[in-house]
Amino acid sequence: MSSISSATTTAFAATDHAGSYRGLVARRLTILAGLAALLVLSVAVDVSLGPARYALPDVLRTIFAPGAAELQMRVVVWDIRMPMALLAVTVGASLSLAGAQMQTILANPLASPFTLGLSAAASFGAAMAMVLGVAVFPAAVGLMVPINAFAMAMAASLLIFGLSTLRGVTVETIVLLGIALVFSFNAALALLQYFASEQALSAVVFWTMGSLAKATWGKVAITAAILVVCTPLFMRRAWALTAIRLGETRAAAMGVPVKRLRLEALLLVSLLAAVPVSFVGTIGFIGIVGPHVARLLLGEDQRFFLPGAMLSGAVILSATSVLSKAILPGAVLPIGIITALVGVPFFAALILTKGRKAW
Amino acid sequence: MVSLALDQVGARYGRREILSNSSTPPIEGGALTALVGANAAGKSTLFRRIAGQLRGAGTVHIRGAEQADLRYMPQDTAMSAALTVYESIILALKQGGGGWRLSARELAAVDDVLDRFGIAHLSERQLPELSGGQRQAVSIAQTLVTRPKVVLMDEPTSALDLYRQYEILEALRRYARETGAVMILALHDLNQVMRSCTTTLALACGRVVVTGPTLEVLTPAMIRQLYGIDSRVERCSQGCPMMIVDGPAATTVGA
Repeated sequence: MSSISSATTTAFAATDHAGSYRGLVARRLTILAGLAALLVLSVAVDVSLGPARYALPDVLRTIFAPGAAELQMRVVVWDIRMPMALLAVTVGASLSLAGAQMQTILANPLASPFTLGLSAAASFGAAMAMVLGVAVFPAAVGLMVPINAFAMAMAASLLIFGLSTLRGVTVETIVLLGIALVFSFNAALALLQYFASEQALSAVVFWTMGSLAKATWGKVAITAAILVVCTPLFMRRAWALTAIRLGETRAAAMGVPVKRLRLEALLLVSLLAAVPVSFVGTIGFIGIVGPHVARLLLGEDQRFFLPGAMLSGAVILSATSVLSKAILPGAVLPIGIITALVGVPFFAALILTKGRKAW
Repeated sequence: MVSLALDQVGARYGRREILSNSSTPPIEGGALTALVGANAAGKSTLFRRIAGQLRGAGTVHIRGAEQADLRYMPQDTAMSAALTVYESIILALKQGGGGWRLSARELAAVDDVLDRFGIAHLSERQLPELSGGQRQAVSIAQTLVTRPKVVLMDEPTSALDLYRQYEILEALRRYARETGAVMILALHDLNQVMRSCTTTLALACGRVVVTGPTLEVLTPAMIRQLYGIDSRVERCSQGCPMMIVDGPAATTVGA
């Protein structure tokens, strides 16, 4: 082996690069483990907080030995707090993963379920149910709000998906189309609100603030199942997704089927974003900030970035859930408000202090 | 020995024909081949057609290697991803397949290209922090880390300083000699071509007009046809051929 700039390059030096890389991998695994530990801690605190005051050890005992706990405490912990705390985890992970892959495939740091119109579409769908009493699927009137929200979010996703398959459509076109969708659905929502009764109006406003209050084990199971299905599909494409961040031309030159990969990812992202939004309303911030926190901590090698984005999103939403209970004792504030109020300054500080260079 | 030949090759973007009726004799591996031509003559299109990214008429014959052994390095070196240089080369290595784990052999391959192209000291730097020339060197390392048998490089030295141009071209020549790879480089500096490339393909208006030994192709007449420039070829004090530009060819100015 011959070196062009240093004739004295030695085998020792070569080994050292690999050693440094192994060190980098070890650091990243440690960060992932740290995020996972933080998530466990946050969930434990989240479950221990609420209008009824219980000590953390009692709550933990109720979780691990429910049979020995009082009935009231068991109901509060297992039927109310645990679904809320775990829905924060699955929704946070889903929205963050969706945002991460949107940013990756669209090569745009602002791409997220919120900025591409999925959340706005879901809000419009929910408002259709609340204001007009219109069910997209009349057979499921009882679940009219989440089903309408899901149907409209999926319709928006599939519209973006369909248009992105057209010849000559670039990533910039897709992002612009998403922004157009945001404005269109917001205008339609405003129109519905204008004609809404006072009761319906307050329901719509509350829904658009985002809330975990209606969490159930069923919703936790559905969001978790979607994560379980989508995550391995992204994991299998980890190298190709990372390559896309080197640029479309370069990724194609590496043999990555860019267009097909983008379409596959967009379809998975639609599912990942539409379902949580239909359950918890508009939580716009997680899909942007989760991926950026992961990128700052772990870089963009998807083997680390992908689980990192999921963990970051889950930690942020779980911590937000804690704050939403802790700020006003006895009350639970809508989580969408807290994510923006607390998250944005935190995010800005993170970007400014880390001297971020990517994008 | 690896070789590559074009037989009536063409390519289109939509309805617009960019490349047509381009044929070459077999281009043998083991040395550098230049692809020269004016801006928008179709050099990048020809590379993308050979690489299989564009469809079109005719056939690309590759002997002694598979299509999977071909690597194309695009001209664009913009890199905004939050990856270190080392990671980006691993990424290029893994596009050929393989799992998440990295073997000692794979890490050794990354170390090899880092040293070969003089970028070992950049291995832990983030891509967005690199200068244009450093990115170009990293791009070259990414392209060659899989040790491809057919290599197409679009202006691989355009962002490099004079010394680095010389270093990189020498390293590419050495790579070609060691591996027997066919290496076609789109270059604008004809003195670089004369110094480093054994064979030259000349492209004009979307067609390969001539292929042959570099000094036989780069005649004043051909340079006038390709670029509209009057020139002459002389020898430097060390015997190397070099092109002297006299100025725009009188008959083509304003044409």
